[in-house]
This record gives sequence, C-alpha cells and structure tokens, in this order.
Amino acid sequence: MTDTLTPVLTAHWDEPDSFTLAGYKRTGGWQSLPKALAMQPDDVITAVKNAAIRGRGGAGFPSGVKWSFLPQGDSKPHYLVVNADESEPGTCKDIPLMMASPHVLIEGAVITSYAIRASHAFIYVRGEVLHVVRRLRHAVEEAYAAGYLGKNILGSGFDLDLVIHAGAGAYICGEESALLTSLEGYRGLPRLRPPFPAIEGLYACPTVINNVESIASVPSIIGNGAFWCDAPGTEKSKGYGIFSLSGHVTTPGQFEAPLGVTLRELLDLAGGVRAGHRLKFWTPGGSSTPILTDQHLDVPLDFESVAAAGSMLGTRALQIFDETTCVVRAVLRWTEFYQHESCGKCTPCREGTYWMVRVLERLEDGNGTEEDLDKLLDICDNILGRAFCALGDGAVSPIQSGIQYFRDEFLRHQKEGGCPFDPAASTLWGTAS
Amino acid sequence: MPFTEEVLARLDADAAQIIGKYPRSRSALLPLLHLVQAEEGFVSQDGVRYCADRLGLTEAEVTGVVSFYTMYRRQPGGEYNVGVCTNTLCAIMGGDQIYAELKEHLAGNGDEKVTVEHVECNAACDYAPVVMVNWEFFDNMTPGTARQLVDDLRAGKPVSPTRGPSHLCTWREAARILAGFNDDQATDGPSAGPASLVGLNIAKERGWKAPTP
Repeated sequence: MTDTLTPVLTAHWDEPDSFTLAGYKRTGGWQSLPKALAMQPDDVITAVKNAAIRGRGGAGFPSGVKWSFLPQGDSKPHYLVVNADESEPGTCKDIPLMMASPHVLIEGAVITSYAIRASHAFIYVRGEVLHVVRRLRHAVEEAYAAGYLGKNILGSGFDLDLVIHAGAGAYICGEESALLTSLEGYRGLPRLRPPFPAIEGLYACPTVINNVESIASVPSIIGNGAFWCDAPGTEKSKGYGIFSLSGHVTTPGQFEAPLGVTLRELLDLAGGVRAGHRLKFWTPGGSSTPILTDQHLDVPLDFESVAAAGSMLGTRALQIFDETTCVVRAVLRWTEFYQHESCGKCTPCREGTYWMVRVLERLEDGNGTEEDLDKLLDICDNILGRAFCALGDGAVSPIQSGIQYFRDEFLRHQKEGGCPFDPAASTLWGTAS
Repeated sequence: MPFTEEVLARLDADAAQIIGKYPRSRSALLPLLHLVQAEEGFVSQDGVRYCADRLGLTEAEVTGVVSFYTMYRRQPGGEYNVGVCTNTLCAIMGGDQIYAELKEHLAGNGDEKVTVEHVECNAACDYAPVVMVNWEFFDNMTPGTARQLVDDLRAGKPVSPTRGPSHLCTWREAARILAGFNDDQATDGPSAGPASLVGLNIAKERGWKAPTP
C-alpha cells in the first residue's frame, strides 16, 4: 500500500541549498537529462504518455498525449512554454516549488524541449513574486554554465535557450492561449481554439504549454521509468500531486500525496480545523471549482471522484473555511475578483461578472430579495458555456455552488437587514466565539 | 521629461539585451515596460514612446498593453509598494482588517515613501494573511505587524521579507529585476518557509515516502 504522503517534488525543500545546482545534484538532480538525451525524442514522449500523468495545472489533460499532437518533420520552429503564472485564488504550489527547487523545473523543461524538438523555451512566471524570479534566473545561469542549456547540451548536438519571462499582473494570463498572446507582447486576451497551441501556439508555431508541476514531474518519470504507471494514484488519475491546505486549519501547508487522498486524511495531518471550530465549506481546487461542504470529507481527491461530487480537482488548492465565515461575503469577494480580472473580450463574462457583483453586494448588505438569487442563477446560466474562455465558467462556480448549499444564508441577510456574521471572528487572531 | 542622452545610452544597452532574447522583438514589450518603470518609477508617456520606438510600434499600441496589466504604474508612487491581499481567503483571515487599518494609519494611500494598495491572490495562501512589499512576501501578518512594517519603511529602517532576500529592494530596483536583470540576492533567504514543509516533515517523522522503482 502506498503511504499517505509521498514527497517527490517536495522531498528536498528542507535542504538549505535545494535551489542551487549543487544542492539539486546532491539529491540526485540533473541525472534524468543524460538518460533522456540517450533516447529518441519520440521515446521520451512515449515514456511520458505511458506514465499517464495528467496535467497539473487544473484541466488534467494527459501531458504526453498533448506533446504527441505536435506535427513532426514540419519546417516551423517548435516552442515549449511553461505556465508559471500561478494566480488562481487558493493555489500556492508552483511558487514554493520554484523558490525551493527551480532546477527540477529547468531539467524538466530541457527534457521536454528535447522530446518535442524545441530549441527555444520560456518560463512565463507571474511578476508579483520577485524572489521566485531571482531564483529561476539564477538557476538558469547555473544550468548554462554547467552545459545543461545552450549549444550542444552534454555533447548531444541538442541546442536550447531558456528565457525567464516575468508577467505584469493579469490573472487571465494563466489561461494558456492568453498567456501566449501576452508572451507575444500584447494585451493578454484568450484565443479561439482550434487551432490548439500544439498546431498554432506561440508565433503561430507548434507549441507545448504545460503547468510548472507537470514539467517538474518529467525528470522523475524519465529517471524512474514506468513506476508511475502501476504505483500511486487511482486508475484514471495517476501519480502524486501537491495538495495545498489554507485557511481555518491548525497547520496550513503543502502536502504531496497520491491523487485520491481525501480531505479527511489531509485535515487529520494538518491538525484539523482550527481549535473550537468546524468545517463549513471548502474549495477542492481554487476559487473556480465549485465549493463543497462537510458532506464531502471522504471524496477521493482525484479527477473523476471530485467531478462526480459536482466540483473539479483543479489545482488541489484546498481553501478551508469554518462556521465563522459568511458564505455571501466569500462568494462576493471571489466575484469581485473575476470582475476585476475579466479581460473584456467577450460580453457574457465582462457584463455578467459586473452585474453579479452588484446583485451580490445588495444581498450581502441585506437589501436583496429571493428573486435576486434567481437573477444570479440566470446570469450564471448565460455565462457558463457561453463565455469565450474558462474564466467565465470559473466565475459562476462559487455562486452556483454557494446558493446550492447555503441558500438560506443568502436569505438570512435580508431577514436580518445585513450580514449576520462578525468578520473579526474569522481572522487569524480572532477568538473562538 | 524626455530621457537624457546618458539615460538613453544606458537604456539602449539594456534594451538590446532584452530584445536579443526573443525570436520576435515584440515579445520584449513587457520586459521593456518593466525597464522604463525601473528608470522612472512608473511608465510615463516618455517611457511608452521609448518602448514604441525600440520595437517599431505606435504609442497607442504600447499604451493599450500598459493599461491591461496591473503592475505598471501610470503615475509616480511610493518607493515601497505595500500590497495587502484581500482576495477571499486572505480577506477572511484578516486581510480586510489589515488593509483598512493601514489606510487609516496612513490617512489614505500613502506618500512618495510608502503607498498601500490591495492585491489579488499572490499564491501564498498557506501563509495568510499575506502582505507583499515590492513583490516580496511578508507572511502571517496581523494589523500590528503590518503597521510596524509601514512605520519601519517610512523611517528608513531595514526590513526583511519572510521568504526572500535580507535587503528589501526599492520599487525601481524590483522593476529592474522583472525586466531581466538580477541583483545578487538570489541565494539569500530560506529554500522554503515553514508552511511549505509541513507535509514533508510529517512524512519524514512517519517514514512515509514515494515508492521506489
């Protein structure tokens, strides 16, 4: 039986120099690259396909399959773009990974670029994390000096340049097609698909775009062979993932576990909900995944089971809220976020998020009516599946699920003429009441 | 005021390096905007014109990009930008109270030394409530520690991020790093903060590990 926690990517974060080339090599790093370079590029793709790892950025598309969509023998340059624009509310796994272990991401990027025949790769990191930008760039400099990047890598004849590109503040750029538009130097607007990035991505050339954790998993897949296939995870959700617990828990933090672990198990390791309180609601994978409640403590956190429970695994960003939290306030704040971050390209999202904020403000202030709930759900219906990209779909998740589980609480605001909760009781320094 | 010959020479050398990294020059626009922000502390019309000239774009095209991204200032601001996360989780954990108290403490948004704004989720939720100063992490803040932080910044006292370098960069120094030019502080600070290690520490105590091939 697999252990409850299985540190792979996080295994050496406690080493004081884990972010340096020397620290990474001492713990077995940079040993998968020579192995990959000795293989045919297609065999590297097959190995990742066989490992059946599903993308770790939220959507869960199998990484190896994505790579295999790139045309072969075409005349266009190929590109690898790593999506390091971690901005989904609640999501906080890629940032500590890149701060503690940038070399594993760079080694993964070199192996991936070799497999997809790219000679130029980019890590698009959100700009608001200065020390992570420093660490990535420092690691890239070390990798060039060691011959892991640049011309004729390790004598293989393979050339690769890797650029650390800092974003400038826009949640939408975490959406892969918007990220590519932004990397080309434009406003970060999403693009219509098809064509998918594998056919026309960066500069309309074949491009693989993957999340940080997906690319960082590549060295262990190549290094350890097929063990990912038959060891951890569940049948359709293979491998490990970093689960991030935040909010009203005794010990928030990062937990790397096989997919399929439950919130009950993770909460138990985190010391439970903070003392004197009980679980009210939580997100399984960031604010764009519908909230769940204490009925869902035993849902296996894999792609299929969370979907069957009416939500999504997303980025495994488990934001925990106890009974002191006003669900209307939480949903309103998330909706304000989506309104602020809507890129404005499509009408349902741009206008819908604006009006949903207005209606939710009224409800939170105690001036709403029961009809407002129907109005909100109606607007949600007009956004979901009708917006240009997933931002709009994400924006309706907290509202629909919030009303589904806590309809009475929305109405209680009206009956009591305002919010019945004391925000001070929810704070880190708030006392149990 | 237009850039002097001396400033232009310096910017041109940096801009050439940045543009040289990309297969197509327009990709250098975001880093070039960080670069002109490093020069002036904000993206002025001169900064816009400079980027447009170097990349063969119109000022309108560049302005359209500047206005899309929240990290570019359109007017001068504080040497230290204090960003309080007020997205849902941090807000509920106390970010709303921290933000309100800082605004009251500064009687507004601040001055040329320190400006306060609210920011969206900065991917440090396990350290909530989080405050970012010039994009460095200040974890597990309270209204009291946030006030002290602002007072120290205004008094010019040395301030160290929780997970970051020993020396806190100014706003302009930070913009230069974002443009592509590291300072020498990459190896400062811890590999990971305590919350990042919670699961790893439990696994080690209990002898849990990933299966070996």
